[in-house]
Amino acid sequence: MVVWNKLKITVHTAETENYLYKNSFDVEGGNFNNAGAVSTQVKSILKNIGLPNNVIRKAAIACYESEINIVSYARQGVINLIVTPKTVEFDIADEGPGIPDIELAMEQGYSTADRQIREMGFGAGMGLYNIKCSSDIFNLTSEVDKGTFLKIIINIP
Amino acid sequence: MKLQEVKKILNAEVIVGEEKLDMEVKTAFGADLMSDVLAFAKAGSLLLTGLTNSQVIRIAHVMDIAAIILVRGKKPPTETINLAKEFKIPVLTTKYILFETAGRLYTKGIVGCLEQVEDHSAHG
Repeated sequence: MVVWNKLKITVHTAETENYLYKNSFDVEGGNFNNAGAVSTQVKSILKNIGLPNNVIRKAAIACYESEINIVSYARQGVINLIVTPKTVEFDIADEGPGIPDIELAMEQGYSTADRQIREMGFGAGMGLYNIKCSSDIFNLTSEVDKGTFLKIIINIP
Repeated sequence: MKLQEVKKILNAEVIVGEEKLDMEVKTAFGADLMSDVLAFAKAGSLLLTGLTNSQVIRIAHVMDIAAIILVRGKKPPTETINLAKEFKIPVLTTKYILFETAGRLYTKGIVGCLEQVEDHSAHG
């Protein structure tokens, strides 16, 4: 709960003080019917701001996979979106089991997904890797039995 | 090629988007793994898939997929149909298997939205 509450107040950097858009989206763990709903909202927001298609694409991939991870593994989480003139940034935190071995979790093909996750078309061990490939800055930290925090920055060329 | 022609080639049934059959499509991507759709599918492409849950529609929306072709005769559940209507994404279903669906479209001029992936990259 500590991580999650802390993330309700987004960390401000020099860059993010000058934001164009900022919002916070709650994601409910285990609610597979709604999985992806936040990402579809985020994509529409970025499109309305008028960002380049390539930036929207990267942000959509990163946000979607992150949202699926929260729904799949955590009890609840929050996705904070900050758009600045130069970046799209996500601060994503969840309370849940955490990731014991981040290096292993980052490997393509490694997954602890159950049947329900795989039936949705996820759980092939590509999620974190996809997020990393779509990000200019990718910072994943986790505490076992508490939760996971992910900072993603996508530069706007 | 117009979506109308895709429908004809695949002997497909239109589940959502009868009014959008004059849409032009040139490329396609096929997968049942949604992480790969996110990583590789390109805007404006057809998505050929056997998955019918609401993830398919949401991902099609965020990736700007032109239309979804459900293969192997799959029929989507009501929530998927409703979401497709909401996002205005055409959904067609064909009895052809994924391989046949891709082959029949390819011989008529539809090509992959990318040919190959790059080495050690999920983003071709």
